[in-house]
Amino acid sequence: MFGYKFKIGELVVEKRKIFYFISLAMVALSLALFLYKTPQLSIEFTGGSLYEVKCEKVCVQKTQLEAQLSRYVDSVKVIQTKQGYIIKTSPVTPQTKAQLENKLQELNLVIERSSTIGPSIGQEMKSKALLAIVAVVLLIVLFVAWAFREVSKPVSSFVYGAVAIIALVHDIVVPLGFYSVLGSFGAEIDTLFVVAMLAILGYSVNDTIVIFDRVRERLKQLKALKQKESFEKTVAYAIDASLARSINTSLTTLLALSALYFFGPSVVKNFVLTLMMGTIAGTYSSLFLAAPLLVSYYNYKKSKESK
Amino acid sequence: MSMNKKVKNVAILAILASVFAGLLAFDFFYKKIDYKKGLDISGGAQLVFSVDVSSIPQEDLQDTLSALRDTVERRVNLFGVGEPSVYIQKGSFVSQEKDKYRLVVEIPGVVDANEAIKMIGETPVLEFKMKKENGEFDKAMITGKHIKKAALVFTQAAPGQFGGEPAVEITFNKEGAEIFANVTKENVGKIFGIFLDGELISDPVIKEPIYGGKALISGNFTLEEAKKLARELNYGALPAPVSLSSSQEIGATLGKQILDQSAKAGLIGFALVSLFMIVYYRWFGLLATFMLAYYVVFVLALFKLFGVTLTAAGLAGFILSVGMAVDANVLIFERIKEELASGKKLLEAIENGFSRAWNSIRDANLSSLITALILFWFGTSIIEGFALVFAIGILASMITSVWLSKVVMHSFAELISNK
Repeated sequence: MFGYKFKIGELVVEKRKIFYFISLAMVALSLALFLYKTPQLSIEFTGGSLYEVKCEKVCVQKTQLEAQLSRYVDSVKVIQTKQGYIIKTSPVTPQTKAQLENKLQELNLVIERSSTIGPSIGQEMKSKALLAIVAVVLLIVLFVAWAFREVSKPVSSFVYGAVAIIALVHDIVVPLGFYSVLGSFGAEIDTLFVVAMLAILGYSVNDTIVIFDRVRERLKQLKALKQKESFEKTVAYAIDASLARSINTSLTTLLALSALYFFGPSVVKNFVLTLMMGTIAGTYSSLFLAAPLLVSYYNYKKSKESK
Repeated sequence: MSMNKKVKNVAILAILASVFAGLLAFDFFYKKIDYKKGLDISGGAQLVFSVDVSSIPQEDLQDTLSALRDTVERRVNLFGVGEPSVYIQKGSFVSQEKDKYRLVVEIPGVVDANEAIKMIGETPVLEFKMKKENGEFDKAMITGKHIKKAALVFTQAAPGQFGGEPAVEITFNKEGAEIFANVTKENVGKIFGIFLDGELISDPVIKEPIYGGKALISGNFTLEEAKKLARELNYGALPAPVSLSSSQEIGATLGKQILDQSAKAGLIGFALVSLFMIVYYRWFGLLATFMLAYYVVFVLALFKLFGVTLTAAGLAGFILSVGMAVDANVLIFERIKEELASGKKLLEAIENGFSRAWNSIRDANLSSLITALILFWFGTSIIEGFALVFAIGILASMITSVWLSKVVMHSFAELISNK
């Protein structure tokens, strides 16, 4: 069995300012992308109607399609796809629905799928999505603080929780920025995206806990052996010890996800890409952001005490 | 029991369980239990209606809602394709609609949802309301749920009227008859209104208490109208009016494509992960591959057993969990490597590896489970599918990667050490 021969723990801890800068830059860039190129909300959140149609034989022209459909509903938007079109309109009433579908049939368009979402349901989804994200973040913080409650020295257990949040924020914002880039290719913020965000939250904290765990274990070990070691060294040790595991785990996850991306159904492609981004961000943040932050806080606390 | 015996027993159990799981997952039972397919895989329609409960008195609410559900389910069953699912949902507490109720109808494999919408929409809403002093009508005291059957009849001749008009005679069920008797007894001389689909069609004066449990609805119907009304009422009258608020339909070809592609992606993902593990961890990697195969079969069998609904997102979640299931193995193997490097013997290294890694595995998986729980609450049935798959995947991976691996590795280690 071979392993990763290089010991980068000390390097990371020593040069942590560089890694902070990289993280900050990524977060800033992602936020900028998100604000500048905010992806559209899907009809699941705004309400509206959507039809995905396939052309049989001859394809009707996009402009003609728009004109024809405008007679039945407002705000018709037609997007071309590989096999046909995606048609978005304001919500259709059941009566209009039948008319519309007949028209589509007339134009030789096969309806692959359709959705009509009333605006009030859309609003409810939005609220639920936000609440779910807030709830998960809160619960995770509490959980981390609880899981590390016995390790109060040299940094208190809440610090672990707080650092985990910082890593979480990084792991959420970076995929968000990435998704904004996808947005210019048509990706929308839909419920699947929210699911991806929540999955990333869970996964990221997973990763961070493994490293914190190594730190905790090392501290216990030192205490039992009555040895002393600088906190920097402890964290560096934890990073080295977790390196192989972190990289391999994200590799296997990425392998599974790439299989999904290249061979899986197209409806989940954006979902999968977001998850891949989150996996990479999560691994990066646990090793190069969360762990060094512990050291920074420790040094900060010490410098305050010595004043 | 000595360790060897214990391990042997567990091994036998594990083999039996895996054979069972394999048979279940891959359909070799004579009584075929199918995977439950979500709408986006089987194709079909989901219709969401909002229910207007404004004229239902508070104490009747739950009753009315379940009668509504039953009536609609009866109607939907007439379509006959696959198992429809009809249920009542309350608006979430975070929405503007928190006191509103919704009726959700899921019809897998249905070809034309418009038919279903029309049929549900055409179900008559019948209400009997008392007229109050101020001329307004009170809440409904009798609704569609009290009707046992309806029949086409012709009115009898009466002073000032010709007979032979088409009408509908309603027979109430026991509860309805009781209510009707009591109300007519207490309100002789007063007017009550018969409302069909929200419109007042007749407002007779109560001349005497009616104990027979029957009522006659006559309102200038043509023969066709009366016939249709009687028929519709027999299928079931809606106890409360509903209106379509959202609908989703997915064609079956798209659904099948999604299923096929997911299966293919799953196989390839499994192969890639196994390859990596074997290349990097050699023999341990081979063991991990077997554990992974076991895990896949085990989880698939659980899906069948618990009737977990498979959706596109759910299958993606399952494939994701295959990549993550290996995580516990990686953690354990890395620990064992460390122990071996520090000079411990194989057996001890394995023991220590497992016990040291367990804390991390437990904590890490717990946080993922928290996420799954919240997702479950959040969701539409599609997201619930993902959350359930995720949660089952995590729990199953803890069993296979930790417990099962430990047993197998231990027995192999003992075998090797005893040579």
